[in-house]
Parts: sequence; structure tokens; C-alpha cells
Amino acid sequence: MSEYHVGHTGQIDPLGSRTVTVEKEEVALFKLSSGEIAAVENRCPHKGGKLSEGMVCGSSVHCPLHDWKIDLRSGRAAAPDEGSVKVYQAQVDKDGRIILVKNEVCPAVHP
Amino acid sequence: MNTSNSQKLVMIGNGMAGIRCIEHLLKLAPDAYEITVFGAEPHPNYNRIQLSTVLADGGSGLQDIVLNDWSWYAEHGITLHVGHTVTSIDTQARTVASDQGLTVSYDVLLIATGSRAFMLPVSGADKEGVIGFRDIRDCETMLEASRTYRRAAVIGGGLLGLEAARGLLNLGMDVTVIHNSSALMNRQLDPPASHMLRHELEMQGMKFLTNMQTREITGADRVTGISFKDGSFLETDLVVMAVGITPNAELAARSGIAVKRGVLVGDDLSTSVPGVYALGECAEHNGITYGLVAPLYEQGAVLAKHLAGVHSEGYKGSVTSTKLKVSGVDVFSAGDYIGLEGTRSLSFKDEVDAVYKKLVLRGDLLEGVVLFGDINDGPMLFNLMKTGESVAGREKQLLLGFAPGATSAASPLERLSAMPGDEIVCGCNGVSKDDIVDAIASKGCTSLSAVKSCTKASASCGGCKPLVEDLLTLTAGDSVVKAKEGICGCTPLDRNSILEAINAMGLTSVKETMNVLEWSQPEGCSKCRPALNYYLGMLKPGEYRDQKESRFTNERYHANIQKDGTYSVVPRIYGGVTSPAELKHIADVAERFQVPLVKFTGGQRLDLLGVRKEDLPRMWEELGMASGSAYGKALRTVKTCVGDTFCRFGTQDAMGMGIKLEKAFERISTPAKFKMAVSGCPRNCAEATIKDFGVVAIDGGWELHAGGNGGVKVRATDLLTVVRTEEEVMEWSGAYLQYYRENANWNERTAHWVDRIGIDAIREALSDRDERLALVDRLQTALSGLEDPWHEIVDNAELRKNFEPLAAAGRNSQ
Repeated sequence: MSEYHVGHTGQIDPLGSRTVTVEKEEVALFKLSSGEIAAVENRCPHKGGKLSEGMVCGSSVHCPLHDWKIDLRSGRAAAPDEGSVKVYQAQVDKDGRIILVKNEVCPAVHP
Repeated sequence: MNTSNSQKLVMIGNGMAGIRCIEHLLKLAPDAYEITVFGAEPHPNYNRIQLSTVLADGGSGLQDIVLNDWSWYAEHGITLHVGHTVTSIDTQARTVASDQGLTVSYDVLLIATGSRAFMLPVSGADKEGVIGFRDIRDCETMLEASRTYRRAAVIGGGLLGLEAARGLLNLGMDVTVIHNSSALMNRQLDPPASHMLRHELEMQGMKFLTNMQTREITGADRVTGISFKDGSFLETDLVVMAVGITPNAELAARSGIAVKRGVLVGDDLSTSVPGVYALGECAEHNGITYGLVAPLYEQGAVLAKHLAGVHSEGYKGSVTSTKLKVSGVDVFSAGDYIGLEGTRSLSFKDEVDAVYKKLVLRGDLLEGVVLFGDINDGPMLFNLMKTGESVAGREKQLLLGFAPGATSAASPLERLSAMPGDEIVCGCNGVSKDDIVDAIASKGCTSLSAVKSCTKASASCGGCKPLVEDLLTLTAGDSVVKAKEGICGCTPLDRNSILEAINAMGLTSVKETMNVLEWSQPEGCSKCRPALNYYLGMLKPGEYRDQKESRFTNERYHANIQKDGTYSVVPRIYGGVTSPAELKHIADVAERFQVPLVKFTGGQRLDLLGVRKEDLPRMWEELGMASGSAYGKALRTVKTCVGDTFCRFGTQDAMGMGIKLEKAFERISTPAKFKMAVSGCPRNCAEATIKDFGVVAIDGGWELHAGGNGGVKVRATDLLTVVRTEEEVMEWSGAYLQYYRENANWNERTAHWVDRIGIDAIREALSDRDERLALVDRLQTALSGLEDPWHEIVDNAELRKNFEPLAAAGRNSQ
């Protein structure tokens, strides 16, 4: 398991997103309305759209290319679409620093 | 997936039939096999049937026809070797070896090597520029040839040949189809249908040489022409052979597996050698090799069951149907299309609407169908053929769609209830009647949107929406929720109720509105959030703080996102009028940022495509120009013609008028994108009559046109009014724009809006001068205080940060 400092919560706007490349993979970091930071593989399972550019609604993001709705906690696409993205654990320390744990917490599930 | 007791399955071939079988197998027995796939082509599995559509859009859609992308193989633990041609099979040692020197052992071997274009054995068939039409490489060759050459010949007037020819026409080539019979598609169509087909295709610009036998293909290295047995000659730069296909069975034959035309298989798809199976176009079952996708998928399903140890009836051969995929020409054929001895046939021919239908009966059974022009009943008739149901007594009704002598045709609901369950209703997403009925009956879907999100029916082109609605009525009856559909699935409220509530309760933010109006999803969705953001901004200009997180990507980053995640930049060039200095400047910036593509847009602007997101703010800074709003629901461009400045026909200053309009209304947000144009005379070179608002100069005045669209569905404008002065043009256009802002649904283009409420109602609303001035006044309030979004971001580090990636620093790696 590898852990990385990937910035500070203040660097992400509420309902906004930033990207970071870790171990050659681009990861999208989102700040949900609760302040929770979610981290997923920045690649929509449909056509590879950058999820970081999408609209955050609750705990989901809508892909900017064709509006697939991806749950940021489970990584799953909302029905009737099928597919999933890798989800990573993003911890926030007491100083607001974000620590990305680069091992999948929720391995991609395939129906 | 690699459990110790799993068997090794190797598949030679990476095409549609084989991969479909693997997909089934993974569902039935996910852990039973460790799978390795060899593919000769350097691509993942793609939809070969759609190759002609790739040509239709100039090759831009190659990615869109991929059925299983690279990650699919990885996710299912499949080892994929592309660019490997398997050269030998050792059926004793149970190994296969590739031309790249790789040897892999197997317990079970699947041969799914497909077929290749049959090349006529004539002299010159090996010249450069002579190709088949089977794979992505052939498509690429055709695309390449269309850039350099003009003339193309397709040998073969069958299904594949005509689809290839249509593709080449789309590429702008001059296309001649050469056919050895007098009738096109003579393997699927009877003479009357074939004749109508030829007529339609000739109207599309296709040329034909029929009853021609090719003697030789001429040219030095590259083809220059074709000579025929009757002594005639055709000059051409490209030859596509589409006379048939040859199963790729040589490898199997070399390896001691029994082969005739294709690899011989039994009902369980097994070959003559234990542990070796074959399926798809390379396989021969009961003397038949198939070249259409449906039977190959049937074989895949049977083989998957067999390999998973699931009982099946085995493969019993397939009855096939054919549909020509050429736009504007609908052809369907199945079974006996001629009417052989011992059959009776019924036909209907209508040369007015170019419709032809024929049914072939043997006894009481339907044995063949030919449909031209109207193929809606194709799947239903084909189903009757397959089930072998008696059609006695309703033959005429099946042919005509209604019983002759009856008082009226069957109602749509009657026809729908008679539709077989497995018939496909939504062709885009492959959803059958049964799927939809099941969603309604057992999954509790009682509205169109519920059926849509449950099954995907009507979710793509929407063409089947009326059918789905009728199925709802038929299946759910009174419990159908036809109640006002809300603006999205989060609320039952429509636009007007929401606007009333915002006004009445003084709601001030998107969040508050969703909260007070009890949205089912507390944070809304990608439909309602931008809509609420627009309505609030429109109702409370100057007061409401725009919420960028409720805007789409493009409006949030003020550029258009492209499919690879890069953006495009369109600087504002008022009226499309520029200068050499400005062009040089744009060119310099484009070079500095290594912009991969520079293109003129349909609206007379320059589009710089392929810009990395992190480069956007710096690029805007260096351009020093205003945003062209090419990404927004806002005034896009005002297209102009030269007008009386240079043009000998011009009656007014079109460029000046266009620039004035663009400067007056740039940056204003609108319910949907808003395009304008100004033409300097009624010749209308700026195409103002397909714009949201079009201005056409006439001698001594201006015509004002509204509600045009040149997109999905072309709609010409309606004439709103005619005015005399430039001031009146500004007054009317401002009033119209504001009236649209205040009254249209979010995301509703003016074409739909004008259709919905009528041009008369709009003219009426704008006819009173005081009302017009009040509208213009409200528009001015909304416009005041709007700043150029690019400059705002360039000068604001807090906004600029969102364009930059974050940096990662390792921490206690283990």
C-alpha cells in the first residue's frame, strides 16, 4: 500500500473537483456538499470521459460526455448503465491535508 | 478467475461471434476457464456491421464501433494477444503457435477466424488500390483514397457492395457499382424490389454497370481501370471487391481438422478433433456457412452453454433475414424471396410512395418476405416465419397492415397488442416488447421516464417513444402516471410551477429551491440543477449569484470539452469580420500552444481544438480576446454576409448590423444556445432563415425572422415582422431575446419554443411598443454587470486554480 499527500481540502471548491496523477494513473478528487473528499479513477467506464469535469450531485458525479451517473462511494454507474470505476480512500488529516491511499478500497464490480 | 482447477480456453480470432460466445460463457461459468484470445487485427473486438457508418461520418467514429474496449479484457482476466496470427495448431500436444513466436497450450480451443473478402481470380487483383470491405484497415484505405482520388468502383451489387458504395459516396467519391447480374441484391430481392432499389440509389448519385463480367484490373502499380469481358473499360482509382466472402478455414485444414468450405461442426459446434470447436463465419454447419450476425450470435450462445455444461438443444441452423443499412433506402428480406414452385405469393406495389411488399406462402405458412420502402413489419413477419405459425385467413392483413373490406385499419393499440413479445421496440438499445412489459408489470414502472431509466427504451433517438407510451397504456392501463411530468426525475413540478414558487416564496438559491420544493434527490441532477440556476438568474438579475457548480463542464470552464478531455477555444470575432493582424496574432498563439487542429466553424469563427485544460487560462491571456461563448447557452455568433460594403447585390450594411447585434447581446445567458445571422439582401447568403433570430435586409428595411434551426431537425424561421431602421432592428431583437429568456423552458431552442407557443403569440406579445421597451429594459439590467468570463478567470488565482492538476508527494511508502 502506498500513501500520498495530494493537497489540501481548501484547494477543492465545494461540489468541485481537482485531478492528481499517482502511479501513472489520473485520479479525480471531489469535495461533496458534506465536505467529504471522494477519490476515483478519472475515467468513465462508458467512453473514458474525465469524471473530474462532471457535475457533482449528492454522492454522484455525472460524466461530462454522455451524462452517465457514477456513484463516488461505490464506483458504480447508476442503472440502467452498467460499469464501474476504481474507488480510492481519501483521508483528511487534522490540518486538512488530503492523503490518498493508493489501493482500491472497492474493487470494480462487474455484473 | 485463475482458480487452480480452471481449464485453459484459447480462442483464435477476436471478432464478434467469438467474443459474444465468451461474454455468454463468463456469465454462465465465470471461473471455469482461464481465457486467452489471439487476434490478427490490432484492435479490440469491434462492430464489423457498422463499418459503413464509419465511412458515413468520415471516419471520426472508429472508436464508437468498439464493442469491447481494452479494459473489458483486463477486467475479465482475459489474456489478449493482438497482432498475432496463429500459424499452427498441434492437436496432439494441444498447443497453438503464433507468427510472433508465442506458443500457448489449451484444454479447449475455439476457432473463430471469420472470413475474408473473396477476391475475384482476375489478373491485377493484387494491385495497390484493390481492397475488400471487411475490416477497419479497409475503411482506412477507403478514407485515405478519398482524400487523393475521385473515382471508385465497387465490384458486387449485393448487400455489402451497396453499403460500401454508399460509404464511398459519403466520402465524396464518384462511385460505380459493377454487378454480374441484371438485378441488384439478386440473392435477397425479387426483380420488382431490385428495380426500385436501383432507382432509389441512382437518385442518391450511385452509378451502375450491370450484367458485367470483370476481365482484368489494369494499372502499373496502382489500379487505373477495369476492363470487362464485353470489351468495355472503366477508369477508376480504387476497386472494392464485394462479391462474397471466403471462410478462413486454412489453418484448421492444415492442422488436420475436417474442412469443406468452412470448418465442419456438429450441433454442439465441435469439430472433428476432440476439444476443438469452431463458430462464426469460418464454421460450416449442415452444409451452410453464415455471413450475417444473428446466426453467429446464436452459435455463440449455444457453444457457451455447451462449454459451461448447461443443457441446450444444440444449434439447429438459422433462418436469416437481411436489412440493407443504406440511409434513405429501407429494404428487408427473409426466406424465399422469389416464390419457388409450390408456393403462392401476394404483393403490393406503390410507385407513388416507393413501397413494395411481398409475402411468399407455402400452404398456410409464411416462407418468405420482401419489403421495400416500409419495413416496419419486417421483424413481426420474420418472427411468424421462424415460429412456423399458420397465417391462414390473415394473409392480406399481414401484407397491407389492415384487413381489406374492414371499416378501418387496426388501431395502433390493436397492432401493438398483437406484436410478438420478442420483437424489438427500441432499435437503438435492443429493447424488446417483453422487456418493456416486464418493466411495467413487475418492476413497477408507471411512467415513460421510469421505463426509460429501467430499460433504456427510447433513451437514445427517442423514435420509439410513442410505442413505449402505448405499451404503458396497454399494460398498466389506468395506473399510468400521465400526471404532469416534472422538469426531471427529481420533482413532479413543471417549469411554471417552479417559477411561481420562486417568485412567491422569494427563493434565492438552487439549494433552497430544491429543499423547499421537496426534491426527491436532495442535491438534484444534471438536468434540474442547471435549469434552476438559469431560472433564478433570469428572475433575479444582478441579485442572484451564479452557481458555477450547477453549470455544465463547458460553461464552468468556458470552453468546449472534447471526447479526449481536451478543450476547444473560440475567441469572439464580432460579425465574423477580422483582420490580417488579428489572424496573425491568433496563429501565433495557436503555434505557441501547439494547437493540434484549427478549424473554421459553421458560424464563421475560428475554433482552436485540442487545448489542454491547464493551458486554457494562459492561452486566453495571450489571445487577449473576448470569449466567443461557443460553449454556452448564450448568444453564440452573429453570422453575416458582406452586405453593401462590397457586394453588388447588397442593400444594407449586413456586417455592421451583425457586429452591433453581437456587441449588444454577447454574454447574456439564454435557455439554450442562441444563434443569429444578418444577410444583406434577400439572397440570404448568411442563411439567416435557419437561425434562432435572423435579419434579412430588403431595399429600405429589414425582415426579422424567428425560430429557425439548422441542426437535428431543420426548421425554417417564421417571419416576425418587417421594420425600417437599424434602431428598430435592435429594439425588436432585444425584446424577442428577452421574451424568449422569460418564457422558454431551460434547454428549449427557439425552434421548439416557437413551434410550441406559435409565432402569432410572440408577435402579439411584442406588438406593443411600450411592452417592447420594457423587455429591452429588463434585458439591459441582465446584461449590465456581466463581464468577460475569460478575463475574470485570468485575473483571479482562486478561479484559475481549478484548471491546474494537483501534485502528489509520496508518504511512508511500504
